[in-house]
Amino acid sequence: MRTLKFILRKEFRQIFRDPGILRVILIMPAIQLLILPWAADYEIKNIKLAVVDHDHSEYSRQLINKVTSSGYFILTHYSSSYEQALEEIEKDDADLVLQIPDHFEKDLVRENEARLFMALNAINGTKANLGGAYLRTIIQDYNRQVRTEWIQFPRFSSETQIEITSSNWFNPLMNYKYFMVPGILVILLTMVGSNLAAINIVKEKEIGTIEQINVTPIKKFHFVLGKLLPFWILGLVVLTIGLTIARLAYGIIPAGSFLTIYVFAAVYLLAVLGLGLLISTYSVNQQQAMLLSFFLMMIFILLGGLYTSIDSMPEWAKWITRFNPVSYFIEVMRMVVLKGSSLADIKYHLLKMAGFAVVFNGWAIFSYHKRS
Amino acid sequence: MNAVIVENIIKTYGKKKEVTALNDISFDVSQGELFGIIGPDGAGKTSLFRILTTLLLADSGKAMVDGYDVVKDYKAIRKRVGYMPGRFSLYPDLSVEENLNFFATIFNTSIKENYDLIKHIYVQIEPFKDRKAGKLSGGMKQKLALSCALIHRPSVLFLDEPTTGVDAVSRKEFWEMLKTLKEQGITILVSTPYMDEAGLCDRVALIQNGKILSINTPRGIVDSFSKPLWAVKSSRMLPLLKELLQEDFVEDAYPFGEFHHVVMKDQSDEPLLRQFIEDHNNDSAVLQAARPDIEDCFIALMKN
Repeated sequence: MRTLKFILRKEFRQIFRDPGILRVILIMPAIQLLILPWAADYEIKNIKLAVVDHDHSEYSRQLINKVTSSGYFILTHYSSSYEQALEEIEKDDADLVLQIPDHFEKDLVRENEARLFMALNAINGTKANLGGAYLRTIIQDYNRQVRTEWIQFPRFSSETQIEITSSNWFNPLMNYKYFMVPGILVILLTMVGSNLAAINIVKEKEIGTIEQINVTPIKKFHFVLGKLLPFWILGLVVLTIGLTIARLAYGIIPAGSFLTIYVFAAVYLLAVLGLGLLISTYSVNQQQAMLLSFFLMMIFILLGGLYTSIDSMPEWAKWITRFNPVSYFIEVMRMVVLKGSSLADIKYHLLKMAGFAVVFNGWAIFSYHKRS
Repeated sequence: MNAVIVENIIKTYGKKKEVTALNDISFDVSQGELFGIIGPDGAGKTSLFRILTTLLLADSGKAMVDGYDVVKDYKAIRKRVGYMPGRFSLYPDLSVEENLNFFATIFNTSIKENYDLIKHIYVQIEPFKDRKAGKLSGGMKQKLALSCALIHRPSVLFLDEPTTGVDAVSRKEFWEMLKTLKEQGITILVSTPYMDEAGLCDRVALIQNGKILSINTPRGIVDSFSKPLWAVKSSRMLPLLKELLQEDFVEDAYPFGEFHHVVMKDQSDEPLLRQFIEDHNNDSAVLQAARPDIEDCFIALMKN
């Protein structure tokens, strides 16, 4: 125990003397949490709309008005030539073309039916998809409006109609920040855990101090623990900073208890620290460790459910996410922050995370040798 | 009792064992001896030290340090050896005192307890004890590294090229310190590529390409040089060397400081050499008998 105390004292001294680490720990969470949630949300806005109006009637104007006043679209082009509108798409000045045919008003009034044409720029798939869906909804709404104006509905409608009203549970206003902030916090913690710890150990290899340590009677276990504990504590500090920013800047107060978050984070940090340790035993210098952890982070983030839903991934990708500790923590954070889940609700997540911790750390300690 | 025993150590590197670092090495070092391992870069000095300090496993062979086997009893060895790697490997972001303190504590001791052992070294860097180790000069780093390697009062000290990259004055000081340590009964193994340092050891092993060429006292090595040796100088040094090497009576000739050293095949050939100098060179040529030193012996051993 005495040895461990001295190792820890030395580690903390070195960490607090490294201005880089302090900057990463204090400034990185602040910047990421203050910038990312505003920029990275799922709502598609500012869709550039080109309208080809062959009708020039009262109704077509009403329709265009309704579309542009929804707030999602910006009318960038208005003409009566489809070719011109397509050119706008080619120049990337338009994402969507809405073509209103000749006699739109006439057909609607006389035939009770009119057709519209929509062309989507599918280079940005998400934008085209959601933009198209938004436009369709707006047009349907317009359609209903026209019908109520024109047709006197009988008391009981002759045709069956299903109308859906929905309410958003756990996040009633569908505030994306509530969804993103917990996820970003997870990524931050993962970076502190795996990246910083890995680089710290590899640095000892690089400057050769590990050689000097290896000829001493220090126990492998003490050395490894001395490396992990400081970053475990730093991880919890970063979490605290992150939760404070979430509360002050976004007013996010977890529906569940802080205890649940901290208990899970404590176990989670053990797992990612083990991963960092593992990276360090397989890298010779800091560049290698950086590249390796960068590669893993990319996979962890993209297959972690932060930006895209795991449920809509193909079956094989879902299998990968099962080995991704980040996906569990993101899920737990959202469960606790939004749903108010308790320790009992996340006990399986907790167990799996403990499994990750045991496997990663065991593997790392097993493959770290004091001699070659 | 022997402090270090090395028997038939073989160490190879590479997947197909294509690089032989140590090729069947055996030697003993007695207690309290200052033993030098002299050889050029890549001779296998560092591999040998890493095996003896339990950092590296040999392919075959046996080695004992202070009575303990390097493979079986590595834990005991780690408690009683001091190792100073060739590259400075202390924490550059910790101060001089913090470094020393750290190494003292992980050996379960304190600076105070063993201060008498390191005193004559540490006093020289003590004025800078709050300076970061990374900001020290080369010579001071060396002294700090030696202090850290000594702080737990090791019985055997391994110094891997301690004087490489250190200025002449610091080198001299360093060897003075080793002498003082030797008086305290510490066995010291020191490796160096500098031939002139060989004379400062009790015994030296000349090593090249993983093979020991000779083990002897510096005197013994020099005495074993039996061929006549001459030093030649002229105003045309390079052509002189080429011409010398073509002569039949010359065993070997090589540049040596401002002279060329000429090793003769036989003592009786002296007139031939004098004749050669007269025939081929102008008046500025100087010919004198030379006393062989370790470097001459090393070159002779290398060529055989």
